[in-house]
Amino acid sequence: MATNQSPDSEPPPTETVSTDGGLPAETTESTEPTLQRWTKSEFVRSLPFWLPATLLVGLFIYGAIGWNFIISLTDWQGLRRVTYNPAEFDLDNYFEFFSKVVEGGLLGGPQEYWAFRNTFVLLILFTVVALIVGLLLALLVDQKIRFENSFRTIFLLPMSLSFVVTAVFWAWMYNPSSGMINEGLRLVGLGAITQNWISDPQFKLFAVIFALIWQFSGYCMVVYLAGLRAIPTDQYEAAKVDGANTLKMYWRVIIPQLRASTTSAAVVLMVFALKAFDFLFVMFGTQPGRSADILALMMYREAFDGTANWAYASAIATILFVLALGIISPYLYRQYKRGAL
Amino acid sequence: MSTLSALQHNRPDWSRIALYVTLLAMIAFYLSPLESGLMTSIKTQAGFQQTSPFVPPLPGQFAIEPWIEAFGRLQSGLVNSILFAIPATILSATIGSITAYGLTNTNWRGQALILMVLIAGIFIPYQSVLVPLSRFWTIVDLGSLLAVIPPLADRSELIALTITHTAYGIPICTLLFRAQYKSIDSSMIEAARLDGATIATIYYRIILPLSIPMFAVALIYQFTNIWNDLLFAIVLISDNSNDVVTMSLQKLTGSMVSQYNIQMAGAFITALPTLLVYIIFGEQFAEGVAGGGA
Repeated sequence: MATNQSPDSEPPPTETVSTDGGLPAETTESTEPTLQRWTKSEFVRSLPFWLPATLLVGLFIYGAIGWNFIISLTDWQGLRRVTYNPAEFDLDNYFEFFSKVVEGGLLGGPQEYWAFRNTFVLLILFTVVALIVGLLLALLVDQKIRFENSFRTIFLLPMSLSFVVTAVFWAWMYNPSSGMINEGLRLVGLGAITQNWISDPQFKLFAVIFALIWQFSGYCMVVYLAGLRAIPTDQYEAAKVDGANTLKMYWRVIIPQLRASTTSAAVVLMVFALKAFDFLFVMFGTQPGRSADILALMMYREAFDGTANWAYASAIATILFVLALGIISPYLYRQYKRGAL
Repeated sequence: MSTLSALQHNRPDWSRIALYVTLLAMIAFYLSPLESGLMTSIKTQAGFQQTSPFVPPLPGQFAIEPWIEAFGRLQSGLVNSILFAIPATILSATIGSITAYGLTNTNWRGQALILMVLIAGIFIPYQSVLVPLSRFWTIVDLGSLLAVIPPLADRSELIALTITHTAYGIPICTLLFRAQYKSIDSSMIEAARLDGATIATIYYRIILPLSIPMFAVALIYQFTNIWNDLLFAIVLISDNSNDVVTMSLQKLTGSMVSQYNIQMAGAFITALPTLLVYIIFGEQFAEGVAGGGA
């Protein structure tokens, strides 16, 4: 986010801002002291600038989320018209979902368990590995190399592609008989470990995660590179004088200062992982099977794949929203406290 | 210290060599899906079945037909994508700029709250609004509202998609412009204000000219996002003649399961506008990515 460029090394400007009761306007006032004389009617006169957008976003994002929650309380299904009768609202869809998750955990049955589990596997594995790969790329690119811009451009390139396009490419990469992955393995004498990567339930999800890491590690590199560039060079020098070897210097001095970059990149990656629908949808359609199903895909399948379980799909959608909220709200709150928004 | 580095210059610097070898290996890995796709797309059916995916076509196995076939199938999708992605991009960037100005360079309480609400919108999973969204655009039937203007009525689903993408693009654009407007010297605005300039005049005369570079960032980033999206399109578009290009590509791969050469050509054609934008404006895209993430 906006703080990518500001590393932890800067003095935290925050405590002073947050101590005075956290009045929302303080953040702005502190950056624009000369504007303080502007009168209250400024609010009225600034309305035309921000109100239309706020209404549009309010209606399409927050209104829709609220509406979605209300639908999830009904039992709307199929071609019937939805009826909103508060007396009939209940949390049955959520109970159904979570009881199936628990049941699946115990007996290995319902799809809900697998989708729930896979969502978390994808979320965590993808985020952690993409961060590590991105950090390594950033450290490599940061060694005052030649053609730095070309390297950066190529590492970030997959991110400019649509999930639809990358899924088509990777379906071919993973093709068991003539795809690049298996051909490459055979070429280096590892023919024995070639697999049917995207049909074998054992590997499916990991194949997806691998491809997603390919697509997003360049983004992590950009974030980390900005963080590295913001560390004052004298810190490297000081570490060298202390006699730290390169590895120790990075581990003790540099990497701890990248915490802000890690947080913001991790938040964005996790949200991407929750959204990874397009990729799976193009690669597997709406029926990826137990081993690669995720909540985002399950929600779409329940609602739009002929089944029309609108209320149940809305409940899954709300769960996804709560997951996203759980990831972003601590982050946004911290950003706000730091005055970084 | 200096003697040491002088000494190091006289023999090959193995750590530098290892660094470049590693970097080149990574480049090979990052480009391999594109390279194997490109090579496959210019081979005949027999060609890509008989040769490794990364080697160029053998003589006699070169083919341009996959591209022609794929283009034929994606043509109307490309037109539709251009029709909705460009207005949605311009609208969300423009509204984002105006909103960021209204919430940054004017002074009243509660700005940060509105801003938080807007910015949180960046991270909303689209799934959590899909059912209401499809309901909304069924109830607000643009097709019949626009019935008096037949060309627009036929394209009503694309208009719905444009409005939807605009709404979902505003948060990220607002955040991008906000980051820049925060750093604008407020004494300039204050001076204009003392000269009696209105808020609108200040935006138009001072802020807008300063925003041109950020407009490049927001437009490029938004265009890529909107062009690449599939989910909103498959939910909001039911008429085949309104299919956008990501939908056309997805349908193409479904109907030509084993014709990988046509699939790969189709993937490149779909990606071409965003690839061109990325190659020309890579810096701005990187800035958008670093500034907004999602």
